[in-house]
Amino acid sequence: MVRVEFLGPISQEVLELEAKTLADVAIQLQNIETIAPWLAKCAVAVNDQMTADLSMVLKSGDKISILPPVCGG
Amino acid sequence: MELYHGSLDVETIFSKWLNEENNSNYGAYIPFVGTIRAEDGIEALSFDIYEPILEQWFQGWVKRAEKLGAKVKMAHAIGDVPVHTSSYISAVFSPKRRVALELIDEFVEDFKANAPIWKYDVKDGKRIYAEDRSTPMSGSGLLA
Repeated sequence: MVRVEFLGPISQEVLELEAKTLADVAIQLQNIETIAPWLAKCAVAVNDQMTADLSMVLKSGDKISILPPVCGG
Repeated sequence: MELYHGSLDVETIFSKWLNEENNSNYGAYIPFVGTIRAEDGIEALSFDIYEPILEQWFQGWVKRAEKLGAKVKMAHAIGDVPVHTSSYISAVFSPKRRVALELIDEFVEDFKANAPIWKYDVKDGKRIYAEDRSTPMSGSGLLA
């Protein structure tokens, strides 16, 4: 199982999913009605490292963070 | 990098940073102060921060500044920050002015685009995500 955390304004509790790669996570999140609209504008981190690799292999216990559009300052 | 709950005490942070670099032989010190403006009927802005990735982002800038012989510092507020008070301060110290002038521009702009911080308007005590002023981070859309 991997843990998926939604940061900032996304109102969604932590999800625990079965996933071998980030692509598996993507498919499952696309099927959640309240999450799907966020995905096009969200960045992704695995274990607090930003990533752009959908084929990234995941292991049990990995933390995936979903980061919506930012505005500091 | 320093995070505080509520408004930043600008004078205290300025003077702390000055004292830290008193004997560092920097010729230029350029601070940037972000202050909450009263507009659109807001009482305050409010901020969420994801600290692990903010720290990494900031350390990337520390290394970049070091290569130029410079030093960057920043402070940001967590939670509610009333209008006319400060939520964000950053600064660059460098041996000569040119590096500091250029670096503060890039540092502040990259901060706006890639620091994992979320902003909310506070109106009638309610927090409203400032979606129209927010920017997708680099690499957004991977899971869409």
